[in-house]
Amino acid sequence: MKHHVTTTVNGDEVEFLCETDQTVLDCLRNELELTGTKEGCGSGDCGACSILLDGRLVCSCLVLGVEASGKTIETIEGMAKGDTLHPLQRKFLEHAALQCGICTPGVLVAAKSLLERNPDPTETEVRYWLAGNLCRCTGYDKIIRAVMDAAAEMRGA
Amino acid sequence: MQERVKSPKFDVVGTRPVRPDGADKVTGRAKYGADHSVAGQLVGKVLRSPHAHARIKSIDISAAMALPGVKSVITRDDFEDQAPEFVPAGEMLVNYRDVIRNVMAREKALFEGHPVAAVAATSESIARAALKLIKVDYEILPHVIDVIDAMKPDAPIVEDGMITAGVTPPPTKPSNVAKRVEFSLGDVEKGFKEADFIVEREFNTQAVHQGYIEPHACIATVSEDGTADLWTTTQGHWIVRAHCARLLGWDMTKLRVISSEIGGGFGGKTVVYLEPIALALSAKTHRPVKMVMSREEVFKASGPTSGANVWVKMGVKKDGTITAGEAVLKYQAGCFQGSPVQPGCMCAFAPYDLANVKVVGYDVLSNRPKVAAYRAPGGPISEYAVESVVDEIAEKLGMCPIELRLKNAAKEGTKAAYGPKFGPVGLVECLEAAKASPHWNAPLGKNQGRGIAAGFWFNIGGETTVNLQLNEDGTLTLMAGTPDIGGLRASLAMMAAEELKIPYEKVRPIIADTASLGYNFVTGGSRSTFSSGMATVEAARSIIKQACGRAAKLWEIPEDAVTWEGGEIRPAGDNAGKFQPMTLADVAKVAGKTGGSIVGVGAISAQGAAPSFGVHIADTEVDPDTGKLTITRYTVIQDAGVAIHPSYVEGQFQGGAAQGIGWALNEEYIYGSDGRLQNAGFLDYRIPVASDLPMIETIIVEVPNPRHPYGVRGIGETSIVPPMAAINAAAYGATRVRMSDLPLSPPRVLKAMKEARKSAA
Repeated sequence: MKHHVTTTVNGDEVEFLCETDQTVLDCLRNELELTGTKEGCGSGDCGACSILLDGRLVCSCLVLGVEASGKTIETIEGMAKGDTLHPLQRKFLEHAALQCGICTPGVLVAAKSLLERNPDPTETEVRYWLAGNLCRCTGYDKIIRAVMDAAAEMRGA
Repeated sequence: MQERVKSPKFDVVGTRPVRPDGADKVTGRAKYGADHSVAGQLVGKVLRSPHAHARIKSIDISAAMALPGVKSVITRDDFEDQAPEFVPAGEMLVNYRDVIRNVMAREKALFEGHPVAAVAATSESIARAALKLIKVDYEILPHVIDVIDAMKPDAPIVEDGMITAGVTPPPTKPSNVAKRVEFSLGDVEKGFKEADFIVEREFNTQAVHQGYIEPHACIATVSEDGTADLWTTTQGHWIVRAHCARLLGWDMTKLRVISSEIGGGFGGKTVVYLEPIALALSAKTHRPVKMVMSREEVFKASGPTSGANVWVKMGVKKDGTITAGEAVLKYQAGCFQGSPVQPGCMCAFAPYDLANVKVVGYDVLSNRPKVAAYRAPGGPISEYAVESVVDEIAEKLGMCPIELRLKNAAKEGTKAAYGPKFGPVGLVECLEAAKASPHWNAPLGKNQGRGIAAGFWFNIGGETTVNLQLNEDGTLTLMAGTPDIGGLRASLAMMAAEELKIPYEKVRPIIADTASLGYNFVTGGSRSTFSSGMATVEAARSIIKQACGRAAKLWEIPEDAVTWEGGEIRPAGDNAGKFQPMTLADVAKVAGKTGGSIVGVGAISAQGAAPSFGVHIADTEVDPDTGKLTITRYTVIQDAGVAIHPSYVEGQFQGGAAQGIGWALNEEYIYGSDGRLQNAGFLDYRIPVASDLPMIETIIVEVPNPRHPYGVRGIGETSIVPPMAAINAAAYGATRVRMSDLPLSPPRVLKAMKEARKSAA
């Protein structure tokens, strides 16, 4: 039997039906057609499926769909506001901080969550916060620079 | 065809605009392999062998077929066998006897993870349940994993009856050695006699995976009339079409392959795994079939690159002149022949101008997944070994390792052991830039060491098609067919804008499918910016020529009385000043009245590809208690020819270096005695994470390739070649122990340090 789940995704109340063993990642991608959140491993090791669940950064492959009931989810699809990219998104483009781009949604969601907690992180703090988000293309250099630059801009520095 | 670059100064080339596909990729809108769905699709799943080596006696699919929701189950019986011969597939020679067996096991399962059957069902859970109902009767056979074990006379034979090629007279007994290759130049024995001393060392490297974050994924839709669409994540959709059409016995025109956005490939997505299976399942059910690999499947059943055993011997005079280089390379091929041992042999000594070289390579089967290309396939292994020996020679000579390399460096006119003479190449320039770099001249801290290594990799051209359409408003649509794996669209739009003297934003590049554009070979061999760039220039020049013709027609003057200058079509000669110059946008507006749509086609077989040399500097710090090595500083110096978009060139330098750092320090396939892979996940197969690495400094050296209109050389792969030797040399500096086995993981380093201490005491 499927479960009826009501949750808030990027500010919109949504409903979906899911099996008990379906993850939030599965539900986002397959039930709600929000495919911006990616699956790289399905075991919580790569961070490509990073979302915010009630404001907390989680791997959506490690949370069941039924657990999202009544909660608030933020995904990459909710990051830009209208015509305006989030400063992190803009800085990622300016710094060429993505190559293939498959890890980018997860990295951006994780970085946003960092800057909400710590608007002025050191390079080391950024590196450790993003240590759960694997990128195989960039060697992280331009990602770290983009996050630091976005943080500076957001602080008005 | 193309003139030499006169000046490196351009309006667009060399700037750093935002990539055209950027907004879609930072908002989650871009569609990768697994992001596409089709109404009514079934879920396809693969049953894989749990055994490293087993004869498949029988497969019973009846219980699985009977499960409600299961629409089809396929096995080896659903694929025609293929003849054991190398036949052309696009630009490659492919042995489809092996390809079909890699897609679906026939007589034997040859590695843990080898596909044995596949199902299509109405849901994921039904598909999984169906896999459990398939009964396979295996006769388990002895297996062999290690390359040296596989070469022993009593080793279990992976491919029954295999006789080593390249040996005269041919061996009478089957073995796991598929092939012996040899490249030589001069006389190594003579060279060793001329040497004042000789350094000889044996190295071992482990199989490592490309580690793309996006697993393989595809959707196949086959209609009742036999036409089919295949959406897949690949580095080359024409190759996918060629392989699938051949394996399924279809006409190519029936199959349209659409390449999704690709979430990393590094060579590993030049192979078909799921695609023929999804097509076969869809052909049986006439429903769309979607298949996505799990990460475990990616590790177990898609290609890593070879692990290897490498022996190197080099002779040198007291003044630093290297008199001879000899190497023997034994590369794992996986369960079918085709390791990258040949390119490994070809580039082993490529950075050096040597009179005497001999390199022998062996392509060796074992019960592992068939290797696939991985960034500069073969090069990192042999060059790691040679460069590590060069570092040891420098120490013995008391000579700076940069000076030793400068003394022997390959340059324009050097004859490489693999045959050709180099054109203009930038190794000397890279070494000089390294010597002058802040990094090379910075002090080191306690427990730290610094290493340097050079690297070489090829660049290929080949069949390439680009279409440029001049739209009614003067903007352009660019269709390319080499999948954009890291900024290609930007580079192509930049070259088109440069040629046409229009703003970069006026060109929209897309990656076209196999039914919409002429043939394109894969994104691989560092060729996409080089080859598709050359085709883009060709197409742009065709647009200009056509536009000039239209203006001449309007002005009623001969075509040769019209010139293209400063982004305008101007009347020339006697007619100069008689007519108002026209821009491309002006011509576009009247295209319909002057002959119809203006489309430029660049359909070429790109020639003049030029290799790229690089030099890396690595600092490592060792923790004496744990043996853990940390990279504290890293610099990549590489010849890019001309950097079209410098940020993406730097990105290639940094990404290759990071993969090489993983290869050097952590990554390895670990097998149990049962022949099963023990670390098939990102937790245990540890690729570098952000907190493992420092910033990766880059220095772009530009020695233009005279045979490309913008001086481009392929740069994507070279950056993975030097890291292992540079880090090995740095580790020696930090530990004072010469190590020769990768990865330099903490237990291995700690053990080497302890043994060195013991033998010193």
